[in-house]
Formats: sequence, C-alpha cells, structure tokens
Amino acid sequence: MAATDIDVKYVAHLARIGLTPDEEVKMSAHLAGILGYIEKLKELDVTGVEPTAHAVPMVNVLRPDVVRPSLAHEAAMSNAPAKANGLFLVPKIVE
Amino acid sequence: MEYEAVIGLETHVQLNTKSKMWCGCANAYGAAPNTQVCPVCLGLPGVLPVPNEEALRKTTLTGYLLNCEIPRFAKFDRKNYFYPDAPKNYQLTQYDKPTTANGFVEFEFQGGLARVRITRAHLEEDVGKSFHFDRNSGVDFNRAGVPLMEIVSEPDITSADMAYEYLNALKDILLYGGVSDCDMEKGMVRCDVNVSVRPVGTQELGAKIEIKNMNSFSGVRRALEYEIPRQIAVVKAGGKLIQSTRRWDDTTGITEEMRTKEHAHDYRYFPEPDMMPLAPTDEWLAEVRKLVVELPLARKQRFIREYSLPAPDAETFKNDVALGNYFEPLAKQSSNPKAVANWVINNLRAKLTELNEREKTEQSELGIEPADLQLTTLADLKFPPAALLELVGLVEAKTISNAAAQQVFAEMFATGKTPAAIVQEKGLAQVSDTGAIEKLCDEAIAASPGPVADYRAGKAAALNALKGYVMKLSKGKANPALAGEILERKLKG
Amino acid sequence: MLNQLTISELTSRLARRDISARELTQACLDQIARVDGTVHAFISHDPADALAQADAADHELAAGVTFAQKPLLGIPIAIKDVLAVKGHPLNCGSKILGKFISPYDATVIEKMKAAGAVVFGRLNMDEFAMGSSTETSAFGITRNPWDPSRIPGGSSGGSAAAVAADEAIATLGTDTGGSIRQPAALCGCVGLKPTYGRVSRYGLTAFASSLDQIGPFTKNIEDAARLLGVISGHDPKDSTSVAEPVPDYVAALDGQIRGLKLGLPKEYLIGGLDPEVKAAVDAAVKQYAALGAEIVDISLPHTDYAVATYYIVATAEASANLARFDGIRYGQRVDGADPIELYTRTRGAGFGAEVKRRIILGTYVLSSGYYDAYYLRAQKVRTLIRNDFLNAFKQVDAIITPTAPTAAFKIGEKSGDPLQMYLSDIFTISCNLAGISGISLPCGFTRSPKLPIGLQLLGQPFGEATLLKLAHAYEQSTPWHREKPAPIA
Ligand SMILES: [Zn+2]
Repeated sequence: MAATDIDVKYVAHLARIGLTPDEEVKMSAHLAGILGYIEKLKELDVTGVEPTAHAVPMVNVLRPDVVRPSLAHEAAMSNAPAKANGLFLVPKIVE
Repeated sequence: MEYEAVIGLETHVQLNTKSKMWCGCANAYGAAPNTQVCPVCLGLPGVLPVPNEEALRKTTLTGYLLNCEIPRFAKFDRKNYFYPDAPKNYQLTQYDKPTTANGFVEFEFQGGLARVRITRAHLEEDVGKSFHFDRNSGVDFNRAGVPLMEIVSEPDITSADMAYEYLNALKDILLYGGVSDCDMEKGMVRCDVNVSVRPVGTQELGAKIEIKNMNSFSGVRRALEYEIPRQIAVVKAGGKLIQSTRRWDDTTGITEEMRTKEHAHDYRYFPEPDMMPLAPTDEWLAEVRKLVVELPLARKQRFIREYSLPAPDAETFKNDVALGNYFEPLAKQSSNPKAVANWVINNLRAKLTELNEREKTEQSELGIEPADLQLTTLADLKFPPAALLELVGLVEAKTISNAAAQQVFAEMFATGKTPAAIVQEKGLAQVSDTGAIEKLCDEAIAASPGPVADYRAGKAAALNALKGYVMKLSKGKANPALAGEILERKLKG
Repeated sequence: MLNQLTISELTSRLARRDISARELTQACLDQIARVDGTVHAFISHDPADALAQADAADHELAAGVTFAQKPLLGIPIAIKDVLAVKGHPLNCGSKILGKFISPYDATVIEKMKAAGAVVFGRLNMDEFAMGSSTETSAFGITRNPWDPSRIPGGSSGGSAAAVAADEAIATLGTDTGGSIRQPAALCGCVGLKPTYGRVSRYGLTAFASSLDQIGPFTKNIEDAARLLGVISGHDPKDSTSVAEPVPDYVAALDGQIRGLKLGLPKEYLIGGLDPEVKAAVDAAVKQYAALGAEIVDISLPHTDYAVATYYIVATAEASANLARFDGIRYGQRVDGADPIELYTRTRGAGFGAEVKRRIILGTYVLSSGYYDAYYLRAQKVRTLIRNDFLNAFKQVDAIITPTAPTAAFKIGEKSGDPLQMYLSDIFTISCNLAGISGISLPCGFTRSPKLPIGLQLLGQPFGEATLLKLAHAYEQSTPWHREKPAPIA
C-alpha cells in the first residue's frame, strides 16, 4: 500500500471522470498527501476485529411483495436530456 | 491427443414476483416503455432500495430445490460498472455471501443419471432493455430492478448435449417450484456459457472463454457445438487460446470475439450500505421449506415405480404437470393405473388439444388477442375425474368393448353424462353371451370365404378380419376376445 | 420582526391569530431580499409558492386546525439543496444536475408538509455535501452572517447562515461528518445530528450512505426538539431507518440535569485547538458542573484515526453513490460518440474539483488489490471507534467537546489544502462513524472579530432526549443564543 503510486489516469477512467492534464497533476499531488495521511491506519492492530458496515445493526429489513403506482410516463421522462419514442436516448451502444 | 470440453453455466432467471426487487413497480412484461418505473428503479437522486421478501423466499426455495445450503448470513453488495441500462451504474447483487450455495442438479442423460454441482443461486436485479437504432440507442427501464436470480454451475458439463439437458432440467425445477415463468421468448431465462478444452485425462483447465447473453437453450447447444471443435482445432494446430468473451450469432451459427476496448473489469464490490444483511431465522426457513415440491426427476421415477408406467408415459406426466396431477388420484384408485394413463394421455389429452385448437381458431376469428384467449383446461372439463375411472372400469370388466368405450368417452367429453348412462342410452353393453356370439361367428365364416381359406392355409392374421366382421355385425358390442376364441375353435374344428 | 422569533413564540401568536402565516412568510422573504445578496444562503427560492403555502396554512388556522394536530402550521422552513422536494429544483450544489426538477418528495419533506410547515427555498451547500466551508458549491460561496469575509462552515453552510441571518425560522441540513454541527457552531445557531436511523434518508441525495443523517438548524434548543419530533421515525422506504418510538422531545426539556454524567474526552484537547475556543468550552464545562451535572474524565482512544477512517469509508460509498450522475436519465449532458465518452465528458464537466477528488479516492480504495488494505481495514477501525463510544456511554450520559477547533475561518484560507480542510472536522467525524447522536449549540464568542463558538454534546444511540435536555439547561442559563449578528442587522 504505497501511498503515492496511485495511477490517477486509470482510476479516473474507472470512475468515468474526464480530467485535464492540469487537473491530473493537481489530483495526484492532493491524493498523495491524503493517502499519506491515511497510512496511519496501518499502525493499528485490527486482527480479530469485525468490520462495521452499519453503525446501527439490524437484519432482515424487507418489504412485502405489493405493487404500488409507478410514475406517470411523462414524469419519468421529464428530466431526460434526450428522448424519443418513450425511450431515454444515448449514443449508440457498441458492445 | 483427445480433447474434452469443460463447461460451466451462469443462468439468469427472472423471478415471478408481483412487484420489482426494490420498489413497488409492477414486475410485468410487455408494458409500453418507461411506464413501469419510479424514482427508485430510475436511480433518481435520493432514493433507497428495500428488498422484496417474496424474491428472497423464491431464491431460498430454489436453494432447497437445488439441494443447496442456506447460509445463516447473506448480504447484498454493489457491483460497480457504467452502462446505459444500469440506472445507478452499480448493480445490487450478492458477491461473497449469497443466499444459497453448494447444491447440485440431477437429470437423465444418455440413458443414465448426470449430476451437475451448483456453486450458488443468488439474488440480484435485472437492468433496463436497450434498443439500437442507426445512430443511437434507446433505453427502457421497465425491466430495471426486476428480481433476477443467478444460478452458477460448477464446470461439470462436458458436452453441448449435456448443457442442453442441464438447462432443461433446471427450467423444469424452477417451473415446479413456481419461482419463475421461465418464458424464453420474453427473456426470462438468459445464460452465460464458460467453456474451455483440455486433453482428456488432465486436470488443469484451459483458457476460459465466455459466450455472453444467450437467450435460448438450443442456442446454447448450437454455440457449444460450434465453439468446442473450434477451440480443439486451435489447440491441435498448436495455437494458444486466451481468456476472452465471445458473442453467439444465431443466424450465421458462429461465435465471434467481442471487441473489448475496456480495461479488465474492476467491479469494486463492496457491501451495500443502504440495506441490512439477511439472517434467515428458523421460523422463516421452516415456512419456505413448506413450499418445497417434488422434483421433476423424482416424480418421473416415482410414477414409473408406483404406477408401473412405461418411461415415456411417466415423462409425459413429468412435463405436463397438470395432466400428471389429473392422473395421479385416479391411478391411486384404479387396479390398472397403466390403463388409466393410456386413457389420460391418448384420449383425454388428445381430445383437449383438439378442442383447444378449435377454440383458438374461433376466438381469433372474433378478434381476440392471443394473450386473452379463453381455453378449456383440465379444470373445466364437463365430466368429473371419477367418470374416467368408471369408464376404465367398464372396459376392465368387459362390460363394453374398447371400441364402444371410445364412443362413450367422446360423448361424456361433449356432454358430461356418466359412462353408465351413455352405455345404457346407446345400448353399448358388450355381448358376452356365447350362444349369440356363436351365431354371429357362423354368419361371418359363411360370408368370408377368402379370409377363412387364408386362415386355414396358416395365415393366423386372417382371423382379425373375421373378428372385425363379427364386431361389425354386433355393432361393436360383442366381446372381441370371446369372438376370437369361438372363431378359432370353429375354424380349427 | 417576525422572522427573528422562534417556533415556540410564533406558534402561540399564530394560534391567537395575532399574526398570519402570510405575514410571517413575507417577513422571511423580505429578510432574504434584504440580506441574501450578501449572505447568499439560498441558491434559489420561489416566493409565490411559499406564500401560497402560507395562505393554505392561514385557511387551516381559520378552520380551527391546531398546533397539536399540525405542530409546524405556517412556519417557514427552508431546505438544503440535497433534499428532494416535489416540483422544485434539486442540484446538490452541483452543475451536474442541470435543470433537474424532483418528481417526488423526500420523506422528511412529506412529514414537514403534513405538519403544516411552509417548505421553501434551496439552501446552498458544498457540492454533494463534500466540504466544510460551502466554498465548493457550483452556485457561489455563502458568507458567514457574523463576518461576511468568512465561511459559514459546511457542508450545510446555507442552512446555518439562513437561520443565523433570520431568513427562515428554521432549516434542514444533512450531516455526514459534521455538516450540520460545524456550520451551526460557526454561525452561532443550534444544529442537531440525529442517531443514524432516527430520521429517514429517503429523498436525501446520498453522499455516504452509512454516515448521512438529516437534522434541524434552529435558533434555540426547544425549536430543535420540535423539529426533530416531526422528522423522526421509521420509514418503510428506508431499510436503515429504525422502528424506535419517537419520544416527546419538548417534554424532555425539564431542566432536570442534576446527577447526569458528562464525559470530557482527553483526546479532544489537541494542539490545533484555538485558545478562545478552549476557554469557552472550559467555561461551559464549569457551567454544567454549576448546574449539577457530574463531569467525568473519559478516553476515546481511537479518536486520532477517525479522519483517516472517515475519508476511506465516505469516499468509497460516495464513489458508487455519485455514479448515477451520468447524463443519461437526467442532468446536464455533454454528448459523446459513445456512452463512455459521454460519461467521461459529462462527469468531467459537471463535477467540481473536490467531488472529483473524493470520487477518485473512493474508487481507488475499492479497486482491485486495495480493498483489504483500505476499505476493509477502515471498516474494522470503525468498529474500534464505535466501541470507544459505547464503552464511554457505560460511564456517562453524554460527552462534551468543542464542535470545531476554531471559529469561522477566512474565505479561501483552506481551500487550497484539502487535508487541512478535512482535519477541521476532527471533533465531529467520529459521531457519524459511531452512528450516535450529536448537537452543537452556542457557547460564547471570540473577542475580535466577534465570531460564534460552538459546544458539542454527543449522546447515546437514540439518546436525543437526554442531549436536548442537557443542551436546553445550559442554553437557559447562558445568554449566547440571544445574540444576533451585527454585520447584517
Ligand atoms: Zn420502480
């Protein structure tokens, strides 16, 4: 877990965030600083400690299988940047 | 060197719940695009998922039907990837703590029983549906958030045929359990196929090649029939296979490598913070266990065993569950279940099919949509099941002949009258009076010199012509066995 | 002026029909017109809609609807731009949502409307609640009403500033690592972060799902108790909301704090603590002792790891939560030749620097090969931090600390150094990691310039009634909450 080896270009691509070359440089510097700080967690011995995913533990929170009204079609599409024939339009998906 | 295929299947099955996995939108096929969507399944800012208990119940039931363990702790995770059909750009799935694990499916294959181990059956959500146009694509999110169960097999499958039979066995089990409608046309079952080849006798797996998103079982079989020899040919020619993803083209009948300009997938799984883990209680599991049904293969084997049925009849009842359910109570009351099975399969089913065809024609002429057709089912028959039993009894007791029984059945199917009443009405009771039949036999011999000569010349089959003549004279009422005996005696004498 | 009054004062006057909801709402709108050019607490607001709601409230008052039935009838309450209000914009302080109009109400908004409140305005915030100064908003900075050259705190800076500047009677904000308590402290108002699960998050645009909570900003403790009572409770739309009964929080404000134990954690007296802040908190501790509370020295040994833990857990969750802002179904799209290009451009142009930084950090800590070293380890340290608090609460009823190490800092002072900004949340972050309740209330002022200082009380899970009781007893014995910011008066 070396602090400064973060490949910003690769991670930004995973996150689908376009960065300018200038942003990339700044980002690398900032992240190196933060990751360096985060290194302090390595000081702690966490053997045998259970991870906490939820601060208030509960289990089996479920809903009954009941149909409720959907949005009206117009409301569902109202914020769409591009639409046609009832569909949300996107650039052609190439698999 | 001989090569063998090593095949594992990931089968995605839509569960037939009323509502979607995380929201109250209807889980129903065929609505106009983006009409079964809400803030939750559109992934609007601020929404939260709440899991559908029925989907969890159906997944757990599937676990029982596939002989799986049901772990006492399961959870949902986020699988992160960007795709236009994924409203949140992560899919909620069960990564390392699935609801069921370590089971198996048994099915008949090449005259024996095959077993394919099941790694897990876990619960996740379906994505939207994309439509592709010339210059762009469009997305309908009605399907987004429909509960989807993924059944992962171990790589225990060794041929295209075996994959095909495994999928059919799996589908039968899911239909029996009532967890999915398994309508392939509606995309309710989709498969990813992992296939590699290796020299027979070796253990190391070859490069895993995935064929994505197959939507028919015959497609899976054809794709494997193409892909396995392709891989063997590459290896035999000294080539090297690398891990890759291919697409099956159903029209050309070939698989082709998919263009992957992507980095290797890095899904960044982590536990879903918006939902709590699952820890099924004893009481809850006991309730699910009550829903466990007999498996198709077990039913077929039991029908063969308990009712002395030939395998094809038992197979018919395995595949047509309603027909089998009609048959079984009658079989239990009958001294001749085999005869009951014959009547149910050869007469009842045939008549019903014929009627349904007629109904379809009539109703479509009236402009009724295929989905709205009102067809007669076993539950709507005019006669009660006991009437069929009575009919079989009349034949058994030789009260009526088989030929007469056909007439009786046609009448009771049409009118719902009891067999006894029909026999009475039509005077169909079989004649077993020796004297009367002797007279008819004499008449037949006198009128048929040809068959008589043939029989005497050693052609035993000629007796049938004479027997038929007797039956005709008796209007079908003569006991055919008795007529045969008397004819034989007279001709030999 | 009506807009300066508290909910308690206003409800009795509305009930007597001394004043109308319309007059009250108009007073808030007038104040916005007068001061918001300087403060810029609001991104936008719709005066006509607010007045229409006020008129509806007046009709109900005329028809005899009581405050027992609708406890917030006619009270103008403004909303942080991260909460969905049907028919109104939702931008989360970001460019990326474009002209998004929410087609649904957050559960807290439904509850506020059911309680009769005049729900209005979109309050400025750090973009996607990521920040401690409201400087990362795409809609301009919000200024501290006590000194417009200074930040109001963040991320709910608009919510705090609006209350401090009397532009609304109360506001709602959200708190992921201190985003309610720290701006409340810096603006001199009351801010309450409920226990995780106390208030439904449905309709709160998630930053970090396991840390976020919605809470009230008010002028005094009694108002906080009233608002908390309205917004709390189990919600079937939020799996993480808890079916714990909602007590009568106002009834808990009985002044009976004699014998209650207050823990003073030694780890919170750190080097960076401003001497004036320290002096104010020391004085508050003395005041509590004088009121009959028992002060107990305690230790929260893993405090020093909280900021690091937080920046792993929160950014990891955020990296997934913010993936939905992709320009496909809503928001401001920057087109591309294929979906990948569309995403990359849309998100590159739509997110600001801090949001990008946190998404990339969160993506990195979850990525293949790093999960165990970062995310899993952070979740384990989170357990240690939570256990620190649960152990402490075996000895004490609440914990007393400063809310922030310093009073409001200058605009631009820390915006170039993200880590220094993160470290300013040092006293508030642990509360979210542990999922417990916390409140900030005024406990004095720095001398020159005169800036508010906040006192933080941390309570047990679902211990809000005790927290409010303790806070109320202190407030009633001190003058701080009655002071108003001179610069905008
Ligand atoms: Zn929905």
